Amino acid sequence: MSSAAATWRGLGDRIRELPRPVVWAIGAAVLVLLILLPFAYQPASGFIDDCVTALAYVVMALGLNIVVGFAGLLDLGYVAFYAIGAYVIGWYGSGFFAAIAGGKGLHVWAESAGALPGIHFNFLIVLVVAAVYAALAGMIIGLPTLRLRGDYIAIVTLAFGEITRVFAINGADIHPFGKDYPLTLGRQGITPIDPIDLPFVKQFDPLNLRPWYWFALAMVLVVLFVNFRLRDSRLGRAWIALREDEVAAASMGVPLVKTKLKAYATGAAFGGMSGAFLASYLNTVNADQFEFSFSIFVLAMIILGGLGSIWGVVLGAVALSFINSRLIPDVLNGVPHKVGLNFDLTELSFGIFGFLLVIMMVLRPEGLLPERRRQIELTEGVGGDETLYEARA
Amino acid sequence: MTDRLAAERSARTGTPAASGDREATSTILQAVAVSKIFGGLVAVDGVDFEIPRRSIVSIIGPNGAGKTTFFNMLTGLYKPSAGRIGFDGRDITARRPDVITSLGMARTFQNIRLFATMTALENVMVGQHARMKAGLFASVLRLPRVRQEEREVREKARETLEYVGLRPSLLDQMAANLSYGDQRRVEIARALASDPKLLLLDEPTAGMNPQESARLTQFMETLRRERGLTILLIEHDMKVVMGVSDRVTVLDHGEKIAEGDPDEVRADKRVVEAYLGRQEGR
Repeated sequence: MSSAAATWRGLGDRIRELPRPVVWAIGAAVLVLLILLPFAYQPASGFIDDCVTALAYVVMALGLNIVVGFAGLLDLGYVAFYAIGAYVIGWYGSGFFAAIAGGKGLHVWAESAGALPGIHFNFLIVLVVAAVYAALAGMIIGLPTLRLRGDYIAIVTLAFGEITRVFAINGADIHPFGKDYPLTLGRQGITPIDPIDLPFVKQFDPLNLRPWYWFALAMVLVVLFVNFRLRDSRLGRAWIALREDEVAAASMGVPLVKTKLKAYATGAAFGGMSGAFLASYLNTVNADQFEFSFSIFVLAMIILGGLGSIWGVVLGAVALSFINSRLIPDVLNGVPHKVGLNFDLTELSFGIFGFLLVIMMVLRPEGLLPERRRQIELTEGVGGDETLYEARA
Repeated sequence: MTDRLAAERSARTGTPAASGDREATSTILQAVAVSKIFGGLVAVDGVDFEIPRRSIVSIIGPNGAGKTTFFNMLTGLYKPSAGRIGFDGRDITARRPDVITSLGMARTFQNIRLFATMTALENVMVGQHARMKAGLFASVLRLPRVRQEEREVREKARETLEYVGLRPSLLDQMAANLSYGDQRRVEIARALASDPKLLLLDEPTAGMNPQESARLTQFMETLRRERGLTILLIEHDMKVVMGVSDRVTVLDHGEKIAEGDPDEVRADKRVVEAYLGRQEGR
């Protein structure tokens, strides 16, 4: 295992040393392969289904990576943004608010919704609204944590995630805008959700997963692009400075509040977008989707891949997603029965993730494809967490 | 705001406000009756303090005298429990550290606080944060002006590191991997990169040998001459203090016990008792 770890480390370094054009060429080739991948499978194949989910998780992991990996703010309530994104499409892309406009429905740029009751926005609008709502929620969750550090941030964000879930469960009895307009439909779930409907393309079909796959892939590319751009910018440097030493960062002119809130908002926006996509893809928004364990699941992806490392996070998200959706339920599920134990492996999946993380912490704490900086931090023990700053918002 | 400070000050000292006004133009920093109380401990007790423009001023005092606490109040890391601080014509009492930095004050730390896993160059680029404009969306789109700004900031970081004497081969080294002396250099460069008017150095020669200290002393003179900087120094090395300072302020148990040019301070009985006599054996 340690030799395998060494190989991985070598791979990362070797890619970094390659000349620029070669890297671009490899990247382009991989991208073409990814685009063509669905043609190798049936339009409704289970594998493409897993791929779509994995890509949506990559978007979430990249979002959480901005908060936890870049800015160093441990967020255990990321599922809240999944929920907010999902409910945005529940509200603005389904028949949920059937009473709106006297039952005639409210349609914005959504021809395929015909004359259905409820609010039906075009998916692109929903995506933007989901990003904005989630970003606002991200800032709201960020505010009380500004005076906190380390573990305490984790506790507050965890609570925020749970509060969101409880709201989702009890939302059927919450009517902020009159009795015909509840907040959610609780465990019963809002369904059906409008499938994605893009201009110039016919509405996505639940039985042909290829367009879903391409859309998810496009989302990943956009989010990757934003991640790279931000990492190498004034803001990205400020995030890393903040993670390294808050006192020094503030003294060098980095405004703590603004910089942290931007991290929370950006990270949350990606969670919201992915949430809206997943809700449309799964065709339901159900309060039970927003368990605390999902926050941990996404966090495990970025820790497995390498906190702060963009490619590491992509790898971690794809790996955990496939372990979750394929390896455990399909490939290994029967193993306990074969050795005479009477349970399915899926019942243990979170135990398996935990075990994987423990193994990682022992063998390779910096993750599969570590960020250059983290590697130094963990291997040479630099960086500390002294408290001097009198925190104030 | 200086008017108010000057007025407050004149009220305390009995000097007319008019002379306070004239003073304000030649004074870059002014602290009036600044105190800091931690729980029951009075760390800094009603200190009045002034720094004339383009001077080099030192604060000395035994360990625990409140020097660094005083520094932290000037730079906004601590809120003063009482008193006011004026900087370059503005009241900066209890302003945020990043605001104070953007107004033109920069500092180094007693125990070097570089961003350990960032390169020397990146550290100095962060130092320019307050002077940059690129926002979130402009950075994502990498607009021409953002691109231009990045180039300039990188170039300026390189120049500043060269100015403080870091070898060019070390520009892309992680700060954590640099030698102690080089880390000090990078920290000063990071502070200089924010275009300060006032530079605060907290024990910059700690851990340096006499030659290195002498070189740093010269460098401070150079900074004043070439960049018109004002420098405030906390220092234990009396050779450095006496050699470079225009004025010296002595703190003991949070109180200012003496102030004046180096010779006056050296001759002051209380200082000798509290500090020099005991520690330096002079």
